[in-house]
Amino acid sequence: MNNKDLMLQHPLAKYLRQERMPHIWCEGCGNGILLNSFLEALDELQLDLDNIVVISGIGCIGRAAGYVNVDSFHTTHGRAIPFATGVKLANPQLKVVVISGDGDLFAIGGNHFIHAARRNVDIKVICANNFNYGMTGGQYGPTTPLEAWTTTTPYGNIEHPFNLVHLAAASGAVYAARWTTLQVRRLKASIKKALQKEGFSLIEVISPCPEIYDRYNKLGTAVEVMKWFKLVSEVHKAYDPAKAVITKNRIIIGEFVDIEKPSYGRLLREMTAQVKEDLEGENTK
Amino acid sequence: MAKNNKAVLTGTHFLSGDLACAEGALAAGCRFFGGYPITPATEIAERMARRLPQIGGIYIQMEDEIASIAAVIGASYAGKKAMTATSGPGFSLMQENIGLAVMTEAPLVIVDIMRGGPSTGQPTMPGQQDVMQAKWGSHGDYEIIALAPSSVQEMFDLTIECFNLAETFRVPVMLLADEIIGHMWERVEIPPSNEITIINRKKPVVPPREYHPFQPDDDLVPPMACFGEGYRFHATGLTHDEKGAPKTVSIPEQTKLVKRLCGKIRTNTDTIIQVKEVTLEDADVVVVAYGIASRAALSAVRKARTQGIKAGLLRLITIWPFPEKLVAQIAEQAKAIIVPEMNCGQLVREVERAAKTTPVSLLSKLGEEPHRPSEIVEAMRRM
Repeated sequence: MNNKDLMLQHPLAKYLRQERMPHIWCEGCGNGILLNSFLEALDELQLDLDNIVVISGIGCIGRAAGYVNVDSFHTTHGRAIPFATGVKLANPQLKVVVISGDGDLFAIGGNHFIHAARRNVDIKVICANNFNYGMTGGQYGPTTPLEAWTTTTPYGNIEHPFNLVHLAAASGAVYAARWTTLQVRRLKASIKKALQKEGFSLIEVISPCPEIYDRYNKLGTAVEVMKWFKLVSEVHKAYDPAKAVITKNRIIIGEFVDIEKPSYGRLLREMTAQVKEDLEGENTK
Repeated sequence: MAKNNKAVLTGTHFLSGDLACAEGALAAGCRFFGGYPITPATEIAERMARRLPQIGGIYIQMEDEIASIAAVIGASYAGKKAMTATSGPGFSLMQENIGLAVMTEAPLVIVDIMRGGPSTGQPTMPGQQDVMQAKWGSHGDYEIIALAPSSVQEMFDLTIECFNLAETFRVPVMLLADEIIGHMWERVEIPPSNEITIINRKKPVVPPREYHPFQPDDDLVPPMACFGEGYRFHATGLTHDEKGAPKTVSIPEQTKLVKRLCGKIRTNTDTIIQVKEVTLEDADVVVVAYGIASRAALSAVRKARTQGIKAGLLRLITIWPFPEKLVAQIAEQAKAIIVPEMNCGQLVREVERAAKTTPVSLLSKLGEEPHRPSEIVEAMRRM
């Protein structure tokens, strides 16, 4: 037996396009943990991989679509959600997952997010929130905390950030959860739940950005940021999303929305069936 | 007739251009419409909202035109024939994702019922001001196909043609009509469905393991798998290789891809380009026109002939790719060329480029009124 035979394959290897490795992400970045949790969720649910589509926008996490071994599409900046809407309506058999970043989904793509949530399109949005635009070198975005230093807030951020789970709840999402990359089991459980639930879901993943945002803001190494997550994360059940703050001393995490409501696709199919039935009724009169 | 569970409404109808366009799309197999209301294209959306559910199709009104075209690209990748319809302002918003459709070779149709611009301009007035935007609106180098109908019948026929071209070449194809053609009512003959030519995108013939989503056949067009068919492929707006893997710094990959995207149109111009020629054989003065302006031009050419002027008309049905070779040939024989356009001079530049030394004169018109035949005849006399 030679050494090669003894080498174990990563249990999730079949879910990745091996030829696209190594990935582009920095050491200590939370994107790997996010992707791993997603792949574990797929593995545990034993979903038919031919029926999964992963769609991303632009940014560091946007490359995730290219790494997963399912049908995938890397759209323009901010447009993953409307693209996903077209995919899901055109082929309702598909499970459609959007994996993208806070800037992509909530700044340039913010309008699409609220409208897809309002319509309750059956797509799952997993958002890597690292509080800044990492790919372009660390500019502030719609989730950057007040006073934070970024390359375009050299005197400190004076814009109030979005509370993403509150936005999702107000917009009509049937499921909204927030975890940091520390709570990997809960994150995976949330992804599994969203994948099995009908309707628009948001899972926000607070994610370290050790090379850029965390360094600029002197938050320490990736390990130190994870320790900070451990120190300040507060898990709550059915907490008011409006009060789900993210500050230096408190990160409120948990499931904030978990309700039932017919999806857009279901209502569309019901309406279409009714229209056809009525027409056929008239034709036989 | 809007109450019908048939996709093809065979028979003789009295329709507006917008409605005929919607019926053409349905006859071509379009089963997904993503759009946003805008004058003077709204009637297309309204017709599709009513008709698509009757035949099991999908209508969705998106939050804006950026979302509309994004959803249409998504639906195309999920296997549907898909379209959107808009006017100038919405067309401007779509431009970035038109580039995405070009780059990822998504077959789809974009209808632009042109109104007066720039900006909000004159929403209910005709224009031909988006001609250059149709060709150059998105960033980067690319080739697209744009057809210009000049009657309600052509709104039906050319919409089908747009879908067939989109499916053949895997490109976004544009139907560039103007407000008058969109809102005008005329007789339309809808043929039996078995007499309508329908082309569908070619599918991969290799098993998923051997499928490379951007590996072209000899015609430079790659076969297209769709989501959920088991091919598990990746597509990206980034420069990519034949496997769909991003190639963001490779000069050979950038060159190869962009040249192929342009090449699949450029090498097929002869099969794509459609024109109508009227008394060109011995023409001294040739009018090159498209859309609404070509109707006055036809009348002007006939009138001029009765007055002893050797006039001819080259009506462009395809405006992109521009029929450069044909215009050059005609220019060799003609003494003068007149280009009536409802803008400040857009396609006239292409005509000038092709015509070389033959004098080309623009007859520009803005606002409510299209060209009058008499104005074109006068222009002929001046030449």
